[in-house]
Amino acid sequence: MANMSLKKVPMPEQDPKVRARNFKEVTLGYTAEQAVEEAGRCLSCKNPKCVEGCPVNVRIPEFIKKVQEGDFKAAYEIITSTNALPALSGRVCPQETQCEARCVRGIKGEPVAIGRLERFVADWYRENVNEMPKPVPSNGIKVAVVGSGPAGMTCASDLAGKGYQVSMFEALHTAGGVLVYGIPEFRLPKTIVANEITKLQAQGVEVMTNMVIGRVLTIDELFEMGYKAVFVGSGAGLPMFMNIPGESLKGVMSANEYLTRTNLMKAYTEEADTPVIRSKAVAVVGGGNVAMDAARCAMRLGAEKVYIVYRRGEAEMPARLEEQHHAKEEGIEFKTLCNPVEIVGDETGRVCGMKCIRMELGEPDASGRRRPIAVPDSEFMLDVDTVIMSLGTSPNPLIRSTTPGLDTNRKGCLIVDENEMTTRQGVFAGGDAVTGAATVILAMGAGKKGAASIDKFLQENK
Amino acid sequence: MYKIVRKKELNPSVTLMEVEAPFIAKKAKAGQFIIFRVDEMGERVPLTIAGYDREAGTVTIIFQKVGFSTNALGALNEGDYIRDFVGPLGKPTPVEGKKKVCVVGGGVGCAIALPSAAGFKEAGAEVTVIVGFRSKDIVILEEEFKAVADRMILMTDDGSYGRHGLVTQPLQELLEAGETFDEVLAIGPVPMMKFVCKTTEPYGIHTSVSLNPIMIDGTGMCGGCRVTVGGETKFACVDGPEFDGHKVDFAELMSRNNTYRDREAEVSKTHTCRMEAMGKALIK
Repeated sequence: MANMSLKKVPMPEQDPKVRARNFKEVTLGYTAEQAVEEAGRCLSCKNPKCVEGCPVNVRIPEFIKKVQEGDFKAAYEIITSTNALPALSGRVCPQETQCEARCVRGIKGEPVAIGRLERFVADWYRENVNEMPKPVPSNGIKVAVVGSGPAGMTCASDLAGKGYQVSMFEALHTAGGVLVYGIPEFRLPKTIVANEITKLQAQGVEVMTNMVIGRVLTIDELFEMGYKAVFVGSGAGLPMFMNIPGESLKGVMSANEYLTRTNLMKAYTEEADTPVIRSKAVAVVGGGNVAMDAARCAMRLGAEKVYIVYRRGEAEMPARLEEQHHAKEEGIEFKTLCNPVEIVGDETGRVCGMKCIRMELGEPDASGRRRPIAVPDSEFMLDVDTVIMSLGTSPNPLIRSTTPGLDTNRKGCLIVDENEMTTRQGVFAGGDAVTGAATVILAMGAGKKGAASIDKFLQENK
Repeated sequence: MYKIVRKKELNPSVTLMEVEAPFIAKKAKAGQFIIFRVDEMGERVPLTIAGYDREAGTVTIIFQKVGFSTNALGALNEGDYIRDFVGPLGKPTPVEGKKKVCVVGGGVGCAIALPSAAGFKEAGAEVTVIVGFRSKDIVILEEEFKAVADRMILMTDDGSYGRHGLVTQPLQELLEAGETFDEVLAIGPVPMMKFVCKTTEPYGIHTSVSLNPIMIDGTGMCGGCRVTVGGETKFACVDGPEFDGHKVDFAELMSRNNTYRDREAEVSKTHTCRMEAMGKALIK
């Protein structure tokens, strides 16, 4: 008999007041008992809609059944047959718009906590088994993966599993891409990412850090070196700014800079040499997940006031509900329907305030969301000493500008066909480099598809 | 890990190192930079490449020990390893197609002006080099510059060696005497580059400067290195580091470079930059 509770088994988390001042993980994960109890809520549908909602088609009811039986190892094996990185996706996937949105239990009550269960299984495995994958016999064919974020990691893992000799190139000093430089420790502990990289290496993937492809080696040179196919998962690029007065003041930075200093360079610790501004009052401009991450980092770095400044309403915010909810619990104030018009500096060139204007929503625009319009004469000053712009990014030009024949769209994103192949024979791409800023799981889906297409391409072109 | 194969103190505060980095050595060009990180908790620090040996697979860096990380790097010795060393980053100096150029270097900036001067020479240009130092005891690379320059002028602020005065002085004299250049490249402290640009501006001579803004990833991701050039936001790591000096907002660059110098900011309240004052007097 299924557990007919209308609500998910709650997941323990740190008290908001406490966690708002530390970088430890916010949510603590299910215990085995909680996981088994929650797994009991799954009805094991004959025609599971949840699987269709998953970009990598995790066999959800099957793994949940194993959880219910207490066979967590079997559950892990079912998940990893289609998803190489469950500890990551269990934490950062927007389940509420994917698998869980399709769950029949969600029609009346809350859907099954698929994400939490996936995370539980992955964590249980890492803590209790953590068996490193064994390399499959090599087929001797070399493939290069550019970028070691979620797209690159998934692609590399799948290709290595098929016997390809994979080299994964990372521009920064630590592999993991956005999982390391962008997503903060309190949402995704870096030891988990490092463990996934170690697993890739155990599979035989060569991980090469400090390699900026497009500069130190071009795509053409990779082919000359004997790589038979290349997957480009180089991620998002240059941060966007608003082009309003005062954006060059000291104390104005992109969310990428703030997060990179804090996460990749570990500026939140005493031991790190990299500085980060310790602010009193911070305005984060934007309403996406990255904005929430930046705001929550600012709180943890000791700010007294942190504002999210967003030009549309709360209903239009692109950030996950859970992230918005966590941010609010931690004391972050949402200033919605509000847009910056100028950043004001003091005599030393440091930020001392941000002038905003109130907005109202008009007719829907091209994105389908209602267009924000400024309310005349509604300007007001926000008393802040730091402004963090979280407005999205434009793709990095290094690869497209050094690879002849690699076409991009108007925005500079790489153009791919339905098999993730770019306009260059043998060059495949996926993730933010193709879609513009999107989610980890979409990048993983693209990496997976890219690996399958590369395999097909190389088998056909032997 | 990247091995230091040679270390030489050029003067009490400036050090030369040759670092084993075969991929970078193969690709590096004058004007490009690397980013180093001394150890696991270290900062990422950009340094413009001072030279390379493609055969030996080494890259030369010359740096002044001015802050925590450059001092930590300077404390390493031959045979030691640097944790991270990544590059070549940025765009190379466009050395092709110039007939007559003037390369102006100031202080440790001379270290990175040298490969560009050599690049111009190799590409067939007639090269005038003007280098400036505070005093005789910190002069570096004099012989190396002489080897590539058709004409070389060495200046010291205190007159203890070469000519007495700032680099803008002989430049101004040359221009006043009717000398023309296809290109002036200035590399050194920000005030020096600013005043070189002010000197050449009335003559309409294209002047490039190599900028050194605060940088973190250096690969086009964080935007920390943004500078305003001709009213547009540019990223020094991917669009630069060299820009049209007549369009650069130097005041903004100087201000932004102070972002993390809280203690130094206190000092600067009572201290007016000597070069700024001297330069101003000269331009008048």
